[in-house]
Amino acid sequence: MLKIILIDDEPLSRSIIREYLQSYSDITVVAECSDGFEGVKAIAQHKPDLVFLDIQMPKINGFEMLELTDPVPMVIFTTAFDEYAMKAFEAHALDYLLKPFSKDRFDKAMQKWQQQHSPAATGKSINRLLENPQQQTEEHQRIVVKNGNNIRIVPFNEIYYIEAYDDYVKIFTKDDYFLKKKTMSYYEQVFSPKEFLRVHRSFIIRLEHLTRVEPFEKNAYIALLKNKVRIPVSRTGYTKLKETLGF
Amino acid sequence: MLSYVAWLSFWSVVQILVLHRLGITWKIALIDAAVSIALLFVAGLVTVNMFHFYQPGKKRYFFRVTWGIVFTALYMVLLNYTLSMVLHKQTSYLLFLESSLPIRFAFSLLIIAFLTVIGWMWNYTERQRVEESRKSDTDKLFREAELGKLRQQLHPHLLFNSLNSISALVGSRPEEARKMIQQLSDFLRGTLRKDEQLLVSFSEELELLRLYMEIEKVRFSHRLTAEINCDDTCKKMLLPPLLLQPLVENAIKFGLYDTIEAVTIKIDAKAENGFLSIVISNPYDPQTAQPRQGAGFGLDSVKKRLQLLYFRNDLLVVKKDANVFHTLLKIPQTHA
Repeated sequence: MLKIILIDDEPLSRSIIREYLQSYSDITVVAECSDGFEGVKAIAQHKPDLVFLDIQMPKINGFEMLELTDPVPMVIFTTAFDEYAMKAFEAHALDYLLKPFSKDRFDKAMQKWQQQHSPAATGKSINRLLENPQQQTEEHQRIVVKNGNNIRIVPFNEIYYIEAYDDYVKIFTKDDYFLKKKTMSYYEQVFSPKEFLRVHRSFIIRLEHLTRVEPFEKNAYIALLKNKVRIPVSRTGYTKLKETLGF
Repeated sequence: MLSYVAWLSFWSVVQILVLHRLGITWKIALIDAAVSIALLFVAGLVTVNMFHFYQPGKKRYFFRVTWGIVFTALYMVLLNYTLSMVLHKQTSYLLFLESSLPIRFAFSLLIIAFLTVIGWMWNYTERQRVEESRKSDTDKLFREAELGKLRQQLHPHLLFNSLNSISALVGSRPEEARKMIQQLSDFLRGTLRKDEQLLVSFSEELELLRLYMEIEKVRFSHRLTAEINCDDTCKKMLLPPLLLQPLVENAIKFGLYDTIEAVTIKIDAKAENGFLSIVISNPYDPQTAQPRQGAGFGLDSVKKRLQLLYFRNDLLVVKKDANVFHTLLKIPQTHA
């Protein structure tokens, strides 16, 4: 028996998928979720073989929810109308269904899934999709993180700085930090260069929280943030700071 | 043109009288005046028309002065030649003509300089006028296109999502599917019929909003409730069509997507010193509210429309309480 989870905030949207699934015998819907929080829990609990996922949902959207799941399940996106999301997952997702979709179209997506039954392959391509900063458009301006069992939404303006940490980055707020499996260069692309600056190979700071820059040893500097944290600044970082702030 | 001819005729009479007083016979004075004024008439026409084809910049006095002098000199040569030809037997007149050339030159220079300035100015204002009317035409076109565009962007999302709900209902609850199709068509017809320039009554607009909210309730029945408060006075008040819909759409969207609990959207309207004042409230979570809350597309486009329609940008304001987001809208009732 293959396990499927439906995640969509509209009951009717879930019911149509359930209806379409009736013609498949070896399949069972193990959970229906109406938001991303439930989704994360259900995926961790059931380890589904396939997830139907809506993009626009309360609190956190479908993409953000996927960032919190590990490993990433196989996903078929369902969405009504989302120009740029479309562009992003055309290349990467297993499939996407544009609402309203026909039974024929649905069956095609299921076929694709049945042929391509290795979760590793799609997991990778979805990771690639999530790595694609294009999808993190201006409108997001926030990072969704998992802290133990809690999910936190960190708006960009609450971030003080970001530090590289092996395969992860540490995202520091005023008096807390979160781990996120992303790269420094990813955030360098996502952040607006007017607001954030990479002052060091391992540090990106939010300029708004910068109070002072002072010399430190030869050819190196130290940036002081509002919460009294001291961040090393490289020579190129110092040049960039000078250019951006114009001092 | 008529005033130009009259003006020159006046000068020819003056010239005849002056010449006669100087001891020239009426007949010769008449011929003299006729020839010189006729030539002046042609010179004037040439000058005025020239500025049709060549418009010197405002600052190019030098050109205009040179033009005046050269043109006058040309005119004098022509005048002298013509008069000597026509009246070649009148020796005393020819002597007089020769001695009067300097004063004629001064006089014609004055007239031609005057015509140059007039011609240039006339052409200049004409060009200005044409330019201005073209500019206001494009402005108007731009405004209309802008308004049309803002309205068009309202629908796709609603349309596709509703169609999806209908598709789901068709199998299990066909009666409800049919009802939703009816509501959706009524709503679409209501939005299509509206002429941007005409104002509609608030009650008419509310009817449309009710339809819209009914449609959204089918999608989010379990979470969405709507509450409308307004008295009879404001029901009769006027406002631009479909102004509220994007604001309510926004309220519903943020209410539903910023929280995971049940959501109540409130619309309170009242008449307030010459304004129809409407407050739309939706719950939101200040902790996680996305930045788009402040600059959502719906708000922006309504603000732009108000700006285009009333030339004011203070008619739409947002206010955030602890857990409620208010959109305050004021519609001037001066047109009533």
